Amino acid sequence: MEKSRRDFLKIAGITILGAGAGSLISGVSISSANESAHKAGSEFFKNPKALTAKRWGMVVDTRKLTDEICEKMQNACHRSHNVPDFIKKFGKKEKNHEIKWIWETGFENAFPGREIEFPRENLEDLPVVVMCNHCENPPCVRACPTQATFKREDGIVMMDYHRCIGCRFCMAACPFGSRSFNFRDPRVAIFDQNPDFPTRTKGVVEKCNFCAERLAVGKLPLCVEASEGALVFGDLDDPKSDIRKILADNYTIRRKSELGTNPSVFYII
Amino acid sequence: MNDKGMIIAGLVIFVAIFTFPFWYNHLKAAEAPEPILSQKAKAAKTCVEGKAYMRTEHMQLLNQWRNNVVRKGLREYKARDGKTYVASLSNTCLKCHDNKAEFCDKCHNYASVTPYCWDCHTYPKEKK
Repeated sequence: MEKSRRDFLKIAGITILGAGAGSLISGVSISSANESAHKAGSEFFKNPKALTAKRWGMVVDTRKLTDEICEKMQNACHRSHNVPDFIKKFGKKEKNHEIKWIWETGFENAFPGREIEFPRENLEDLPVVVMCNHCENPPCVRACPTQATFKREDGIVMMDYHRCIGCRFCMAACPFGSRSFNFRDPRVAIFDQNPDFPTRTKGVVEKCNFCAERLAVGKLPLCVEASEGALVFGDLDDPKSDIRKILADNYTIRRKSELGTNPSVFYII
Repeated sequence: MNDKGMIIAGLVIFVAIFTFPFWYNHLKAAEAPEPILSQKAKAAKTCVEGKAYMRTEHMQLLNQWRNNVVRKGLREYKARDGKTYVASLSNTCLKCHDNKAEFCDKCHNYASVTPYCWDCHTYPKEKK
């Protein structure tokens, strides 16, 4: 059977169209079947007790901070979130592997570039507690190639450890050093494991999550609870919230605000 | 072409090696393990969803749980029978199924799947 070039092209064109339409139909039916399998009676919702906000934020009143309070906050956070302590386990040589969610640092480390020629008395001894700033415009989220780091609707910059591939772009992008990488299995250096919270695994980045798991059941972050009033947590978007009142009554600064990441953690010095 | 003997011998050896797993097991498949229910799971009688559904779809269910909890912040799951559960592997599933080795690993090993759940999620210490 002789076919002309014209006939061949016609048949080829119809075949491609048909195959395309077929896969479209089957694709739609598969995805709708998945939807309906999920929708048949079961649903997901938030705990009604959950604390919600448009943009969570924190004020750190360094005037009320002491080294003891900082240590208490770090212990509360790290213990509850199963943050490994390699220095305690293996000694100072493991400093490079240290994992931190919240920690105490000095004024000049927290606020580099804010050089004060004649600082007030004891400014260099002032304990400043630092953590993830949960930026409004988070550079880590933009850097993440897998969307493992993402910004929630309530402003919390969250990590999905399932998706993290350990590329550490976020660590390079974060101007605050708020992120730590698990160079080794963290489980070996967790002293009393909290069974209610997962650990991390080797090869993922981790950081503070503003206690999203506690907000979800109506509790404030652990550091705020342990802070003896030095930390105030609230909704920055609500002009009537306590945190906005404190911000209105006090002069506050933020870490590296000139970079435009718009941090949600404010400091009263 | 006088290699007939060599070729046939080679083929016989090849077939013998290739089918080794079959005749080594006397042409019988290894018995599928039956997951053992813990006392708590037995007492609860029902799982989050029906037994057949859980048996075939638990991975999809866990996937849904994970995505809703981590990415959308929806941490409660209302099952088809109207009961609500906290969507959590360690805090819901393993509170009943506190025998990971007998319940999870047995089938996973048989099916040769290695889910990485336990790299991070904790499980209750097994009683020996």
